[in-house]
Order: sequence, then C-alpha cells, then structure tokens
Amino acid sequence: MNPSTAGSQIGQPNTTAIVFFLLFVSITLVITYWAARRTKTTSEFFAAGGNISAVQNGFALAGDFMSAASFLGIAGLVATSGFDGLIYSVGWLVGWPVVTFLIAEPLRNLGKYTFADAVAYRLKQTPVRLSAAVGTLTVVVFYLIAQMVGAGNLIHLLFGLSYEMAVVIVGAVMILYVLFGGMIATTWVQIVKAVLLLGGASALAVAVLWKFGMNPAALFSEAARMYGPEVLAPGKLVANPLETISLGVALMFGTAGLPHILMRFYTVPNAKAARTSVFYATGLIGFFYLVTFVLGFGAAVLVGRQGITAVDKGGNMAAPMLAEVVGGTGFLGFIAAVSFATILAVVAGLTLSGAAALSHDLWSHVVRKGHAPESEQLKVARLASLLLGVLAIILGVVFKGQNVAFMVGLAFAIAASANFPALLMSMMWKGFTTRGAVASMLTGAFSAVLLIFLSPTVQVELLGHASAPFPLKNPGLVTIPLSFFVGWIVSLVSPESEASRRFAEVQHRMHVGALVAPPVVSPPGVAGSVPPGIPEAPHKV
Amino acid sequence: MYGNSKDDVLKALAAARWRVAGALTVAMLVTYLGFILLVAFNRPLMGHQLIPGLSIGIVLGAVTILVAWVLTGLYILWANRKYDHILDELRR
Repeated sequence: MNPSTAGSQIGQPNTTAIVFFLLFVSITLVITYWAARRTKTTSEFFAAGGNISAVQNGFALAGDFMSAASFLGIAGLVATSGFDGLIYSVGWLVGWPVVTFLIAEPLRNLGKYTFADAVAYRLKQTPVRLSAAVGTLTVVVFYLIAQMVGAGNLIHLLFGLSYEMAVVIVGAVMILYVLFGGMIATTWVQIVKAVLLLGGASALAVAVLWKFGMNPAALFSEAARMYGPEVLAPGKLVANPLETISLGVALMFGTAGLPHILMRFYTVPNAKAARTSVFYATGLIGFFYLVTFVLGFGAAVLVGRQGITAVDKGGNMAAPMLAEVVGGTGFLGFIAAVSFATILAVVAGLTLSGAAALSHDLWSHVVRKGHAPESEQLKVARLASLLLGVLAIILGVVFKGQNVAFMVGLAFAIAASANFPALLMSMMWKGFTTRGAVASMLTGAFSAVLLIFLSPTVQVELLGHASAPFPLKNPGLVTIPLSFFVGWIVSLVSPESEASRRFAEVQHRMHVGALVAPPVVSPPGVAGSVPPGIPEAPHKV
Repeated sequence: MYGNSKDDVLKALAAARWRVAGALTVAMLVTYLGFILLVAFNRPLMGHQLIPGLSIGIVLGAVTILVAWVLTGLYILWANRKYDHILDELRR
C-alpha cells in the first residue's frame, strides 16, 4: 500500500485534517466540561436527567448509529461493487421502524437506564439482570473491538498516525467524555458529530452531482458505461438468498436490541418524545444512506476503482478520496476529521451503555440488591466507564491486524437473539417468567456466538478450514426464533404467579407511564390486582 | 355491568396499540423481504434500467428506505392522534 502511487494525499499528515480534528476535540471537551458541571446524579450520568428533546435525541440516535463503518464502509462497498452496497444500507435502516413500533415507548415508560429494567420489572431481579448483562456486555465488547480496530486502521490511513497511537487517542478522548460528562456530554458529542457527518456527506454528494447536472441517474449511467451495467444490479454478495435473509433479520431485529440505542430512550422526558425522536432518526439515517450510495458511485466514477483499492483493499477510503478529487486537500482533511469524530462518538455511546450494565444492573441490583446509595452508584458508574474505556484501548491493540469486520454482524446477531426476544416477550406476554427470560437471553447469546464460531466466516476465512459445520455467515435466522421458542417453552413449564399477577401493573405503566401510578408491589394473593388509580373490574377472573 | 371502567379502556388501548404496531411491523417485514427476495431471485429485473442509469433495483431500494420512514410517520400520526388522546382521558 503506497498512497503516493495513487496520486493522493491520503496517509500523509494533513494540516486541514489535524486542524479540524483538534477543533472538534476542543469543542466537544468544552461541552464535556459544561456537562460535567451538570452531572451530579446517576440519572444525569446515565440518562441526561431525561432532559433531552425529541429532535436532539433524534440526531443523537442517528449519531450513535451512523458509524464510520457505515459511512466509509458502505461508500467503499458501493464504489467497488455497485448496487450491492444498497442491500446493506436498506438492511441497516429497516430496524428503525421496528424500534418505533415495538420498543421505544414501552421501554421509556418501564425502565430507568438499561433495557434490563424493562425485562426485570415484574421478574426476579438477580437472575434476569445477570443474564441481561451477559447479553449487553457481549454486544458492547464485540462492537467496541470492531470500532477500535476500525479506528486504528482508518486513522492510520487517513492521518498517517501509528495504529496504536490512534487507538490510544480515541480511547483517551472517549474516556474524558464519558467519565466526566456522562450521558449529557455523550449526547451532545453525538449531535455535533451527526450534524458534521450529515453536512459533510451532503456537501460531498452535491459537489459530485454538480458535475452530472444534479442528476443521480446520469452519474449511475456513467458508472454503468465505465464498469458495465452489472453495477446497477445485484451482484455476487447475494449468492445465497438464505444468507441474505438471515443477515437481514439480524440487522432488522438487532437494532431493537442494541444497548447503546435502547439506552437513548431514557434521555427524553416521556414516551411521546421517545417515539418522535425515532421518527427524526429514521429520516436522518435513511437520507444518510441514500447520500452514501451517491458517494460510492461518485468515487467509482471520479476516483476510479483501481485508485481506491490501491490505497485500501476493502475500499474504505473511497469517500475521503472522493472528497480530495472534488474539493482538494482541504475537503479531504474535513472528511477525515469527521470520520475520526464519528468513531469517537460511537465508542463513547457504547462505553456508556456497557457501564450502565456493569454499575446499574450488576452492582446496584445484583450485588447491592437495590440498596446502594446515590453517591455510591455514581462512583461505581464512573469507575465502570473508566474500566471499559481502558478495556476498549487494550482490545483495540490486542486485535490489531485481525479481520474484525464480522464482529459488527456478530454484535447485531447477539443483540437480536439475546436482547430483543426477552424484551418483547416481557412487554407482551403475561405468562413470561424469570426462568423463561433467563433461558431466552442466555440461549440467544450463546447460540449466536457458537454458530458464528462454526460459520464460514470464522472456520474458513479466519481459521482456513475447507468448510464450516454451520452454513450461514449470520446465524440470525436460526438463533432469533430459537431464543423466542426457548423463552416460550421454559415459561410454560415454570409458571410464576407473581410475574403474571403483576402484568397488569406492567401494562398500565407501559402505556400510561410512571406519572400517575408509581410502581407498587401488589399484595400477595390478590389475583389480577392493579395499581391505584385504575379501578379493577370486579367481574374479572 | 361495570364495563367501560378505566381498566377496560386501558386493556382495549393496549390491544389496539399492539395491533397497530404488529400490522406496521409486518408491513415493514414484507416490504423488506420482498426487496431481498427480488434481489436474490430476479437479478435481470432488478438490473433493468427504467431510464439510462436508473435500474429497478436502485428505485426499489430507495423506495424501501422511504417506506420505512413513511411507516414510522404513519405510526406517529396514529399515536399522536388516537393513542395519546385516549391516554389523556385515562390520566384524568
């Protein structure tokens, strides 16, 4: 890999990039300082005190989701293989409506900081929170590895910094955000990043389309002339339809199980704001993916596939190289800095959600049985953030040079199989029990990890075996139904009267919210008792 | 009869919300799987260019993204008008 042969400044220390990046870091650190003065309680640390508006949360959700992998990765995929990139974009997006319809509002009303709050609401706290933490932390760790390794590689390519240096910088700045500014700082970092990324990508797309009379079809047509009409049709990525569907369902339901996304619904004041925020997020993310599609084709036409793959085999540098071609070194610097900022923001959100599982679920509820004083909770929360931040740096260095692209898919598969089924069943099904929840979450997590280990991705591509025992690269098609099924069967054979009795309370709170009826423990032995404020129908069995 | 108590209203509302949410989820799933199945099984159709440069595949991909947003919007409309309205009555 020798950037100079491609006639590009990529990989050279770029003054504009460094200036923009330092500007971004300075602004976000000022925000962190401001946020730190407003972070005095656990609620402020994990949920920004519930004071984030729907529009702000919409941008922050989009910021959490638009990772460098989706910006640089999808643009690169489109540049090198055309239409196929769109299949991924569509898959990444269609999970959002599901989040809106099924998860956002009930979660906001039932929980406090983690999705386990909602699952454990009427079940036994210790086993449910332990299993939920397993799911959350596995998702967070795999996602973090993918992001940190991606960060090291990209920043090395973009700025010419050493890999380790890049990982340490990302880790250190992210720790500052999370440790001192908690959710308030993380939210604002996401918002700034989302605006920069959307603005930068849109400006780049306009600059490209300008050359084609603002007509995307003219751009696509030029690509088809250069590389053949195949670029406009499905290619080799979808050789196996079952594979595509399995990846599709994992992406669709995985979004509804990602801890750092779910956590964002606690930052808004009420369920209405939660639902509205997903509407904004879906629009922003959908727009972003359409823009990346244009960028990919723009890079294929204006930079050329050869130049792109000469710098990075995976095509990840397509968007920055395009920026250089249409806007010179200055624009390249800006896009490079935005990509760096993007990674920073995503790892901050991930770390915070992992810290919530460690301190809120494991420490406050499992170890201290809900009796930890506020000051202790906040201390543990900060300690957990610091630990996870350091762990992220270590993992980033340990996994240097490994192919970790599959880990994002793995994180989605675990989120879809371990977190989503239990969350949905706890909200919808009266007969769901503690044992059912534990069995569903653990089955989902372990079966997803096991089947990925047995898949062609690990067995053939990483270990070099001739074939793999499990045929699909993404196990979602098997593990999501399996997790639902196990949760259902185990609940049926282990009835839990307390859990089904308190379902009415869950249902009330899920819709009406906590404002009217604070959670009360029903007196034992009263079947179908409901919280005060809602008179019980006497004829009910 | 004690029908139409707040409890019954809430139960009906909860059922209605899951019905709407379920129907919209199925609509999203069908749209998405439709797109995926066409991608997997009908490449020539997806590659057919409506006007030079604009293949049916690209149009349907963009439409799927648009449908996702529109379905979300439809849900918000329903929730803001119907669901919240009944909830407000319940809170009274």
